[in-house]
Amino acid sequence: MAQFKLPENSRVRPGKDHAAPSGARNVRTFRIYRFDPDSGENPRVDSYQVDMDGCGPMVLDALIRIKNEVDSTLTFRRSCREGICGSCAMNIDGVNTLACTKATADIRGEVKIYPLPHMPVIKDLVPDLTNFYAQYASVKPWLQTRTPAPPDSERLQSKEDQEKIDRPSACILCACCSTSCPSYWWNSDRYLGPAALLAAYRWIIDTRDEATGERLDELEDPFRLYRCHTIMNCAEACPKDLNPARAIAEIKKLIAERQH
Amino acid sequence: MSLRSPLGRVLGLGSARGGSSHWYAQRVTAVALVLLGIWFVGSLATLDGGSYEQVTGWLGSPLNSALALLLVVVAAYHAGLGLQVVVEDYVSDNGTRAAVLVAVKFALVVAAVVGALAVLRIAFGVAA
Repeated sequence: MAQFKLPENSRVRPGKDHAAPSGARNVRTFRIYRFDPDSGENPRVDSYQVDMDGCGPMVLDALIRIKNEVDSTLTFRRSCREGICGSCAMNIDGVNTLACTKATADIRGEVKIYPLPHMPVIKDLVPDLTNFYAQYASVKPWLQTRTPAPPDSERLQSKEDQEKIDRPSACILCACCSTSCPSYWWNSDRYLGPAALLAAYRWIIDTRDEATGERLDELEDPFRLYRCHTIMNCAEACPKDLNPARAIAEIKKLIAERQH
Repeated sequence: MSLRSPLGRVLGLGSARGGSSHWYAQRVTAVALVLLGIWFVGSLATLDGGSYEQVTGWLGSPLNSALALLLVVVAAYHAGLGLQVVVEDYVSDNGTRAAVLVAVKFALVVAAVVGALAVLRIAFGVAA
């Protein structure tokens, strides 16, 4: 059965409290999921009071401040701090998003931060994305052609055709969408998930690609594609404002189209 | 622990090259059920408070018994398609899933046959 209850060793326990430095006047509380595989202990939620004066506006700024000044053991991924690398995807205030583009001021009350849902946790806010990346690789996210490339120029594409792939190409593979999808939670071993399917769609509608039929063949599967029940959490979560749900619906329409 | 590569695990047994006819049938039967549902609920509303003879007389007419028969069969078929999705979503053990799917289909076929027989008995005027 799908698991609705966390296994015993994953139950979250109350953690430590870290008080604000004395004299702090603009204090916000961050409640952060902590898990250290080496300790053998259950995960816990630690509480950090952060002086927001002198701290940057985004949740990532606060996380970096905590790591620098309060608790250097706090572990999270981050790189570009401007919403293009997708490293700092996590569950903030109940929604999967990027810590670097989520303003702390937009969150009311305590800021609750968890790793992306329903993924194996490597440490603290770092999920294991191995399966997610393998699923992306499985859709062959590269141009496949039989026509040889023109010897002296690029493969041409009209402006309108390029515009079709503009949006789906903007995916940064942060995994916010896939890990927000209940269908992906229950069946991520076989369901490809919104991110991989959006990537597949990006190549299916690329007019330069000549493997459209094979790509649809590979997706036409009760689990790989049809586990999507248009729940739309993916479109809700996407920090780049993309719509994987629509891309999946378009793939289903294309498969229906070639049969009728 | 499996030493198989992550990509190997994802590729698994390959694409089933299927699922689209299920998806399509579920939508077509949904449209049919909307139309049949409007007819059925509308008819029941006009029959509200009618006598047993009035109701069986209404259901016994050729058009009404044909539509009622369709409603029973299409509803059972649509329910089968929908429940299959629910079972596939939540039952992850292959053996259990196969067994539950067969049980669901048996139950729905029984329900459809019972419903169809009930309509036919009235349509053909078999005494209750």
